[in-house]
Amino acid sequence: MAGVRLSVSGLSAGYGGPPAIEGLDFELHAGERIGVLGPNGGGKSTLFRVLLGEIAPSSGTVTGPHDYGLVPQTERSRLDYPVSALDVALMGTLSRVPWWRRVGKSERRFALEALGRVGLAAHTEATFGELSGGQRQRVLVARALVQDAQVLLLDEPFTGVDQPSAELLEALLRDLAAEGRGILIATHDLDQTLGWDKVLCVNGRQVAFGTPAETLTRAVLEEIYGGSIVTLPGDGGGVGILPAHHHHHDGEGH
Amino acid sequence: MHVLLDPWSLGFMQRALLELVLVGVTGGVLGCWIVFYELSYSAESLAHSMLPGLVVAALLGFPLVLGGAAGLIVAAVAVGVAARVPGIDRDTSVAIVITTLFGLGVMLALSPASPPGIGDLLFGNLLGASAADVWTGAALAAFVLGALRLLHRQLLVVGFDRSTARALGGRPLLADVALLGLIAAATLIAVQGLGNLLVVAILVAPAATARLLTRRLAPMMTLAATLAVAAGAGGLYLSYYADTAAGASVAGVLVGLYVVARIASALGAGSKLAPSPSAA
Repeated sequence: MAGVRLSVSGLSAGYGGPPAIEGLDFELHAGERIGVLGPNGGGKSTLFRVLLGEIAPSSGTVTGPHDYGLVPQTERSRLDYPVSALDVALMGTLSRVPWWRRVGKSERRFALEALGRVGLAAHTEATFGELSGGQRQRVLVARALVQDAQVLLLDEPFTGVDQPSAELLEALLRDLAAEGRGILIATHDLDQTLGWDKVLCVNGRQVAFGTPAETLTRAVLEEIYGGSIVTLPGDGGGVGILPAHHHHHDGEGH
Repeated sequence: MHVLLDPWSLGFMQRALLELVLVGVTGGVLGCWIVFYELSYSAESLAHSMLPGLVVAALLGFPLVLGGAAGLIVAAVAVGVAARVPGIDRDTSVAIVITTLFGLGVMLALSPASPPGIGDLLFGNLLGASAADVWTGAALAAFVLGALRLLHRQLLVVGFDRSTARALGGRPLLADVALLGLIAAATLIAVQGLGNLLVVAILVAPAATARLLTRRLAPMMTLAATLAVAAGAGGLYLSYYADTAAGASVAGVLVGLYVVARIASALGAGSKLAPSPSAA
């Protein structure tokens, strides 16, 4: 279970101009949840795009799985699309079952099981666009499970998600990691990262990497958010610090 | 019964109906993807862009279907490629390609050597469909529907979320080019009957109507195909008894159905007419 799922070394990447992200060095082990923390535009999306093979690194190496289970922001999916939760989960079979074939009974059973795992067994036939933001996010997690990916990449999964759904999602990610998956969670929300195993702090470059206690220091946070930090008194013994212009669930892209 | 059966005693009416069944089923199913990929304008433009191919075929004495196919392949590839040039969006690429080709078609059509039947290329000649036209239509319909069956999962994934489709094994370029190619093939079936200017009605209106009334893709495709065939038969009745142009009558009924569905769904506020999620 202690195998390395993903190893990134000396990675820099960009879009032709100056690198959007540089100097990334980290490893993701089986069973770990790593929060990728940084401001919007700090390079989180660039990192994901390199991992997915959409852009090539300008330097450094990435050693990872062939397939990643990507859980994108639900706002990107079409909500007027005539598909059920099950239809969306079944989209995860595209990388495993050749695209010109029909999906078989075993794939359907697998997709139904995946929806059951994310707590949506009662909503498999619901129209995707009519589910709540948290439910949609869980459908997309189920889709990644159908992909049978050993490394999951989640892009701001808690954006626009209500508190009960967020708690369900957190418990789910804990379970999925416990089964040996490696999980990367991009977020600009400091609160969320406190519960993960490790935090990768980025702002154009790697600022820090380690456990939340090691990394979420005032110096690191000031470097990420580039300004004033507010310490919230009496909240969790010093970990309850928030960037001053911290924004909650703003639903914007990145 | 007499009134209903009378028109179908005539051979040309039978062939026209057969042609409309083929075009309707193909157009209805394909139209659902046209609507979700927002390709209605591209579909109309492809029809216009085949004009030079049709005119050249008529001038040289080749079968029209060959000329149209050549013109459409050129247009489909040019639109697909131009849309991928940075700084040129899909609409602009279509406009560039289509104005070029349509201009070429008009230039050729206005030459003194152009054949007298050129009007049919623009407005169609549904009642003039030959048995050979019907067989050609059947072959093209089988090809389009078979290809859509094979491409179904690709089209579904790319249409759902284009930006992340690749992570799932989706191939946006394949989906785009294949869809444009199939629109071209369907246009070829439909253009001889409905004409260059009306063909888009059967590719877009039935799917747009069905979208108002259904919540799942399979029922939407079934309903769109049914509506298209029904509108085809309705249009032919109208043409037979009111002595109106057949292609225009069919297009008129198609648009009429959409307007009725739109009003009905607005009155029902989407709750009475559309099936509930659990029933869909």
